[in-house]
Amino acid sequence: METINYQNFRIDAENICVDYNGKVALYDANLRLKPGQICGLVGMNGAGKTTFFNALTGFVNISKGKIRINGESVRSAQKDQTIAYVPQNEGIDSQFPISVWDVVMMGRYGSMNIFRCPRESDVQAVKDAIERVDLTDHLSTPIGNLSGGQRKRTFLARAIAQRASILLLDEPFSGVDIRTEKLISELFIQFKNEGKTILLSTHDMIHVREFCDLVLLINKTVVAYGETSEVFTPENITTTFGGISPDFLFGPES
Amino acid sequence: MELCSFLTLDKFITDPLTHDFMRKALLMSSLVAAVCGLLSSYLTLKGWALMGDAVSHSVMPGVVVAYALGLPFSLGAFIFGVGSVALIGFIKQKSRVKEDTVIGLVFTGFFALGIVLVSKIKSNIDLHSILFGSPLGISLSDVKQTIFISLLVVILLSIFRKDLMLYCFDPRHAKTVGINVFFLHYLLLTCLSLAAVVGLQSVGIILVVAMLITPGATAYLLTDKFDNMTVISVLSAIISSLIGIYVSFWFDLETGGSIVLAQTFIFLFAFLFAPRYGIFKLKKLFAGHK
Repeated sequence: METINYQNFRIDAENICVDYNGKVALYDANLRLKPGQICGLVGMNGAGKTTFFNALTGFVNISKGKIRINGESVRSAQKDQTIAYVPQNEGIDSQFPISVWDVVMMGRYGSMNIFRCPRESDVQAVKDAIERVDLTDHLSTPIGNLSGGQRKRTFLARAIAQRASILLLDEPFSGVDIRTEKLISELFIQFKNEGKTILLSTHDMIHVREFCDLVLLINKTVVAYGETSEVFTPENITTTFGGISPDFLFGPES
Repeated sequence: MELCSFLTLDKFITDPLTHDFMRKALLMSSLVAAVCGLLSSYLTLKGWALMGDAVSHSVMPGVVVAYALGLPFSLGAFIFGVGSVALIGFIKQKSRVKEDTVIGLVFTGFFALGIVLVSKIKSNIDLHSILFGSPLGISLSDVKQTIFISLLVVILLSIFRKDLMLYCFDPRHAKTVGINVFFLHYLLLTCLSLAAVVGLQSVGIILVVAMLITPGATAYLLTDKFDNMTVISVLSAIISSLIGIYVSFWFDLETGGSIVLAQTFIFLFAFLFAPRYGIFKLKKLFAGHK
């Protein structure tokens, strides 16, 4: 058996625990992802999906365990712009007075000087990113005037502009139109080919089968983790969702 | 335009300017309004109205103690302002009491302490001017302090303008790209305490929260661009201050109350007639007539 080289893993989370004021949100969770892998994060509401994301971005501190991003600490991953987080539509204030351009430019803040003055390269990165998500016609549109799908694409563009090698997406397909869904799936394939690592949470079982090489089933801790074809079984899903039968989740035809 | 048969608009504006205390009051109140208005955009977007109320009330004992000890009152106010926020954070974390309850009980506690201290420390503290402001009776040392603090807040907000906007909008992203969110949180709190300190001279402790939220709320109804929002907020705050002082001069009204009422009226006007977000949506009305 070959020895594990931690440098090979984009994300290496080992036995991590997170608690909020003594209330355990996540315990003994493990995850290892390599470049070019897409992993689905599946669990009930309150199962710790968002907490997992928060731990990886450093937004909450882990109380136990270890997280290495490209073999280094979360702190240095933040400094290196390694991780991009694409929030749920519900997770942001859509009435905030800010345009598509300004949101995407925020993807560049981490690599700018203290006054956040955009350089030529930043402007170009933002332009390119907006083009990739097909929002060039909406550069100065306030985000409050966008549809749910367009808003989702705006935040995806921010992640692209950031040039992160790890993308964390919270419910990327919820509340989006078919056009956006198609565009996001195409982008996923491009990201995979570019060697980016993607971790996405979703409620939609069909999306997991469609995109995810790996799946991580969680319910406060890891229920099952591995290749989608092996791990994403009705039994595991039932356990993850606290005993609800997969028939109910998939509908009678599956 | 004639206000009364003997008072023209010209006279209405120029007459008060012949008084030294009025010129000073107009200048200082405009400066204070500008600072509070600038900060107001961030506070309304961050949803810190209650926090603003808490901090501004909590500075009360600080002002009293500083006066009694002969220290600059801004120093005392600042210590208690930041102290109250720290205490709120501590109690919230260590107990199961909800945040708005904690905020409410901490700031009323501080405020009560201030009132008790005033009654015990018999000095030349004018309770009325602390509670309701005294822009017309501002002393020279207060002027210096106010200018210094105002400049400090404006400089801080200018340097960290974009970071603070990001912090208000999406702190998680800020953290993810390595921006020091902890620092920004306390920076905004510091600016809040300082603005409350200068604002209370104009309108007093009780009403200073209006200076910190009303201009931002007005601007929020009028624009979808953050930069425009700060400009509108500052302008509406300055205009309200000028209107308030003039009106209070001519009609012998409480100055602080007049300033805040002017802000409230401007807000109501925006609430009713803002082009996009007003009740009557002026833009639509005009479009219909084209």
